[in-house]
Amino acid sequence: MADRDFSKQKKGLVAIDGAMALIVLLVIVQVWLLSAALEALLAGHSETALPAAIFSGILFLCCVALTLFVWRVDRDSRDH
Amino acid sequence: MPFFRKPDSEALWKDEFSIHAADERYVSRRQFTKFLTLASLGMFVGNLWILARSYFMKSAVFPRSAVAGVGEIPVGGVKLFAYPTPEDRCILVRTAENEYSAFSQKCTHLSCAVYYERETNRLACPCHHGYFSATDGSVLQGPPPRPLPRILLEQQGQEFVAIGIKVG
Repeated sequence: MADRDFSKQKKGLVAIDGAMALIVLLVIVQVWLLSAALEALLAGHSETALPAAIFSGILFLCCVALTLFVWRVDRDSRDH
Repeated sequence: MPFFRKPDSEALWKDEFSIHAADERYVSRRQFTKFLTLASLGMFVGNLWILARSYFMKSAVFPRSAVAGVGEIPVGGVKLFAYPTPEDRCILVRTAENEYSAFSQKCTHLSCAVYYERETNRLACPCHHGYFSATDGSVLQGPPPRPLPRILLEQQGQEFVAIGIKVG
């Protein structure tokens, strides 16, 4: 790790920032889903719970994929 | 996270506390991403909890419980009772000669106890001035987002028996 490629590091940071922004968006959608599903449950509409849980799970998997992407970019950028 | 690291990469502590100032930006972003993903997991678990609750709500079996005798309360009168557990306070209202209705006493806004207003024939929440219809429990005015849960009654001989709860 003697010579660091700073241009590559900068590009990596941009990619990580983009992925992070996307994760923030996904978490906001999940917060909305959770509150909507809870509100529906309290109103006696339990049929929305299953689609909300499935969609939330998909969003969580997307977040995990983006996190893995961030870790990979992070590792590649800093190991050079 | 050794699983995601190259075998020949530096020790984890050197990554987290790097002597290179530029790495600081990576460390903070990596930790924030981790935090966001954990938050996402939390949201997912919350949705699973809601799913489990909805399943148990569907299959819930309510006990039968005597509430009041026929003619025990006068027209415009009320009787407080607990159903289905001693913690769930409910209110039985006799709105007309042969009309009885029972609701959960918890306001759907912030769970204050509602009371019956005879003059206007509605259930009032004193905390934030929410009003419900004493006939069907629907919201008439104020901040409550949902109708009051209705207690299903059945007349058995000379008494009313609570047999279930209808939400929404």
